[in-house]
Amino acid sequence: MIDTDEAAKISVRGLSAWYRDNQVLRAIDMDISQHGVTAIIGPSGCGKSTFIRCINRLHEMVPGARMDGRIAVDGQDVHGAATDPVLLRRRIGMVFQKPNPFPTMSIRDNVLAGLRLTGDRPSPARANEIVERALRQAALWDEVRGRLDTRGSGLSGGQQQRLCIARALAVEPEIVLMDEPCSALDPVATAKIEDLLHELRERYTLVIVTHNMQQAARVSQQTAFFLAGELIEYADTDDIFTAPVDKRTEDYITGKFG
Amino acid sequence: MLERGFRWLCASAVWLPIALLAVLLTDVVVEGVGRLDWAFITSFPSRKPEQAGVWPALVGSVYLVSLTALIALPIGVGAAIYLEEYGERRLLGSIIEVNIANLAGVPSVIYGLLGLQLFARVLGMGRSLIAGALTMALLVSPIVIMAAREALRSVPQSVRETGVALGATRWQVIRQVVLPMALPGILTGAILAVARALGEAAPLLVLGALAFVSFVPDGLDAPFTVLPIQIFNWVSRPDQAFASNAAAAIVVLLLVLLVLNSLAIVLRDWSSRRRGDS
Repeated sequence: MIDTDEAAKISVRGLSAWYRDNQVLRAIDMDISQHGVTAIIGPSGCGKSTFIRCINRLHEMVPGARMDGRIAVDGQDVHGAATDPVLLRRRIGMVFQKPNPFPTMSIRDNVLAGLRLTGDRPSPARANEIVERALRQAALWDEVRGRLDTRGSGLSGGQQQRLCIARALAVEPEIVLMDEPCSALDPVATAKIEDLLHELRERYTLVIVTHNMQQAARVSQQTAFFLAGELIEYADTDDIFTAPVDKRTEDYITGKFG
Repeated sequence: MLERGFRWLCASAVWLPIALLAVLLTDVVVEGVGRLDWAFITSFPSRKPEQAGVWPALVGSVYLVSLTALIALPIGVGAAIYLEEYGERRLLGSIIEVNIANLAGVPSVIYGLLGLQLFARVLGMGRSLIAGALTMALLVSPIVIMAAREALRSVPQSVRETGVALGATRWQVIRQVVLPMALPGILTGAILAVARALGEAAPLLVLGALAFVSFVPDGLDAPFTVLPIQIFNWVSRPDQAFASNAAAAIVVLLLVLLVLNSLAIVLRDWSSRRRGDS
């Protein structure tokens, strides 16, 4: 806590990460503020997904993966001896690239999965309340309210992804990490999710990884540009897209590579 | 030309075994159907072939196979979970994998010898039903482990990550998400294991299951016999009438197999419908 920014929700210092001998992140320093949406952009393989997977310690589940450095959430060391990764992950929701509702569960059970998986057995009344609240927050309630007991995998791709968002929100996290949540979706479904991000940013710390620069410009207040495992530039989104400081950032956002 | 020849070759690879099997089945059914009636099923063995029945063997087979499944499934699935979900030492894992595949190919007589020494003698279980079931469980557990590992491997990694990211422990994710998704594949392994256990005579002969039993096993420590041993016993008699008995017993054995397998297939289809990919 000596050199981290106390005001930041997530504070990263000297973060490096490897898959076996392959270093994918190099000494990242970054502070993510509590409010608003932080976008992480960069070409494929630049380490942006690994970066958010380090925050909820999912990275360490991959065989051969390791990391070094310090990540603090609300000043608490994510890797500290006193930190239980399971409890940590309850504060940090995650939405994956491919919509992945649990195939054996209904829509309702998918929303409640986070609670039930962790041994919480809400009363029927409270369960209904949680399901409705989470689905409303994910802007899915009106589309599925009549078929909560049908299978989640029967929904369209965009609906499935909003169901996954509802599932993440149902456990009332403080932070929601999104790993290219729209890359498997059509433009209409993408627009719905982007609208949703505007609603959610009031209540949650949102970090979204995207390879779509227009999306980053539309939804985020802060943008970080990653290249080959390094954080090249991190600033207000408006500044990054109108007046990038680094030549490489400019080349990337103007489409010269990537 | 070559294409047609190859196609013909593959087609005969399908039809030749089916034809042979059909001949075999017809032969058995023709010979045995005359003996097959309710009395044959419910009677005890006898020195007189026309009075002999398969009741103790049938009951013994059902008991043995059920016990075997009860023992082998939890152990096999547990081993598969450890190897697939928790096993991180890759070298050790692959050594174990090769050994399990080899174990599946070990002649069943060897398992019989192991069972005889370990369960019947050292652990003092004698020639009992439980000793037989434990021996059979050893025999089929490689099949269960391999099928269960395959089934667990088919569950996408993203499912596990999603569960863990929701704040669940590894075990909570395995139990509530991964296992239900792997259930159809695990049941397929169970079908194979049960079919194998039902058809084996050799290890039980070594173990000393009785060939002539005039009672139904009444406990785990009771002596027993099973259908394959009854069949073996009748076939080896000179009297032609016993050969008919053997044929009829084979039909009974096939029917039991059919019933058990249909049960498992119904279960599998039911669970994969739940999984939503039917």
